[in-house]
Amino acid sequence: MILQQLINGIMLGSVYALIALGYTMVYGVMKFINFAHGDVYMWGAFFAMFLAHFLGGQFLPVLILTMILTGILGVLVERVAYKPLRRAPRLVVTTSALGMSIVLSNLARLLIGSATYPMPKVLAVHDFKLGPSAVINNIQILVLVTAVVLMVLLNWFVNRSRYGKAIRAASEDQETAGLMGVNMDNVVSVTFFVGSSLGGAAGLLVGMYYDAVYSTMGYAAGLKAFTAAILGGIGSIPGAMFGGLLLGIVENFAGAFLSNYRDGIAFLVMILVLLFRPGGLFNAKIYQKRV
Amino acid sequence: MSKKRLTQYVLLAVLLVLVPQFVRSDYALHLMIMVAIYGILVLGLEIILGQTGLFSLGHAAFFGMGSYTSALLVMRLGMPIWLGIVLAVLASGILGFLLGFPTLRLRGDYLAIATLGFGEIFGLILVNWDSLTHGPMGIPGITRPEIFGVVFDKRMYLYLIVLLFILALAAAFRISNSFLGRTFRAIRDDEDAAEFLGIHISKYKILAFIIGGMFAGLAGGFYAHYVTFISPDSFTYEDSETLLAMVFLGGAGTVIGPVVGAVVLVLLPELLSFMVQWRMLVVGVIMVLVMIFRPQGLMGGGMKFLKIKKKEVARIGEKE
Repeated sequence: MILQQLINGIMLGSVYALIALGYTMVYGVMKFINFAHGDVYMWGAFFAMFLAHFLGGQFLPVLILTMILTGILGVLVERVAYKPLRRAPRLVVTTSALGMSIVLSNLARLLIGSATYPMPKVLAVHDFKLGPSAVINNIQILVLVTAVVLMVLLNWFVNRSRYGKAIRAASEDQETAGLMGVNMDNVVSVTFFVGSSLGGAAGLLVGMYYDAVYSTMGYAAGLKAFTAAILGGIGSIPGAMFGGLLLGIVENFAGAFLSNYRDGIAFLVMILVLLFRPGGLFNAKIYQKRV
Repeated sequence: MSKKRLTQYVLLAVLLVLVPQFVRSDYALHLMIMVAIYGILVLGLEIILGQTGLFSLGHAAFFGMGSYTSALLVMRLGMPIWLGIVLAVLASGILGFLLGFPTLRLRGDYLAIATLGFGEIFGLILVNWDSLTHGPMGIPGITRPEIFGVVFDKRMYLYLIVLLFILALAAAFRISNSFLGRTFRAIRDDEDAAEFLGIHISKYKILAFIIGGMFAGLAGGFYAHYVTFISPDSFTYEDSETLLAMVFLGGAGTVIGPVVGAVVLVLLPELLSFMVQWRMLVVGVIMVLVMIFRPQGLMGGGMKFLKIKKKEVARIGEKE
């Protein structure tokens, strides 16, 4: 029972972490909460659904194409809703993001429908027994492995590549980075592309795991992933990974006792963290600088 | 009061008394009532967001608190409706007080997301506290108010709610033009400077939440006794977002602007009947477009706190 909850928690947590990375990367560079990210993730799940339908049971091509499409969507959202507001106060950008979130989720509802759709089978399910009462299936393993691989790749990208360096510079000091010849428009686009494509991957993984895709799935997932991001300290990439895992585990254990208020747990955690430890559990530097 | 002003008021009053007499369609009366209810509701958010600059995304919770308080007191305890509504206003004010406290430590978008979390938790309680709230089934058959044994029909209700709306609008203007309003705006424009000038920031922020909550509670009470059926679905984050869009569309900080926003956003989807499905999409598009092209809103003038600074080095999203 405990082992099973732990497995489910880690599973869910790794997905939260993938979504949280999108929030945290955008926050690092642009310093605002991208409310639309949860809905970009939802669109990722829909892209994955269509791709899985056409491509059949090929996991990798579906994953890669989903990530590319969702990344492009993220960049488009940025171009339409945030780029004209580069010099606006944060309140204005946040409101625009909120509007974009409403637009994206309602577009999905109107264009695709408000039903809950099954995800076409990408893999056949096999159960593996772990001890007397715990079960793990190959989809769960795949979700976990994919999430870990993507996070390792992201770490490499941010810490080793040219654009990663530019992103780090931009999150530290935007103006100076700009003066040093970093092209801000490109950095922002790359940030949105990478963050959104991770959200898209999360959409595919969640869709596979729960076998359900629906137009309002982005809202709660987005809020929880944001909670994960602040739990680890917003703006910090390892923090988002850690926060996601922690939130997934906490939610699973607490949810086992308070099943009706399962969703409320994440919100409560979020409010508590915001109030008592707004810099996250490790007090990320980026927050202190802002205040 | 000057003579000209007086004639204006008299004309307006005559108009307001006569117009409902000539409206024959039930549907039109219904729309006018909804506009007035949303007008009161949005005035509350105007005080919190527009005047004081506190980005609250949980306004539907105050509305729901008002509706549920009055409905439950009247239906369960058999209280008179008028008393129920007074207590609803108080209850929402208390909720504002409670919500105001923890949010003192948060600014800007952090406040937004925390209030969003509060709103969600409030919704979850409405759904799950079955024994009190009937859960997701909601409360049907809420009684309409009556006076001298006559139950209010739509036309009478319209008179009542318009009267209340005018009182609420007058109150909002009084607040805005008083010491209180100036204090709120000082906090909004520069919190640190306001504190240096001796303003007790925490006190006034909580006060803004209390007053805003009370407006919403009033609207909520009259909403419950008008539609006669409420459920948690009427008080979701989508409603909070719609209210936010009303404030920004009309112009945050202008008092009359949000009312204009409410009129537009209640009537627009109804006038274009094909848009009923598209209501939320329209809300979202309006939010983005207003932010890009006119962040001060339709009625807004020189709202410094929303304006894009022209002569500054390009910064992305940095606070002013």
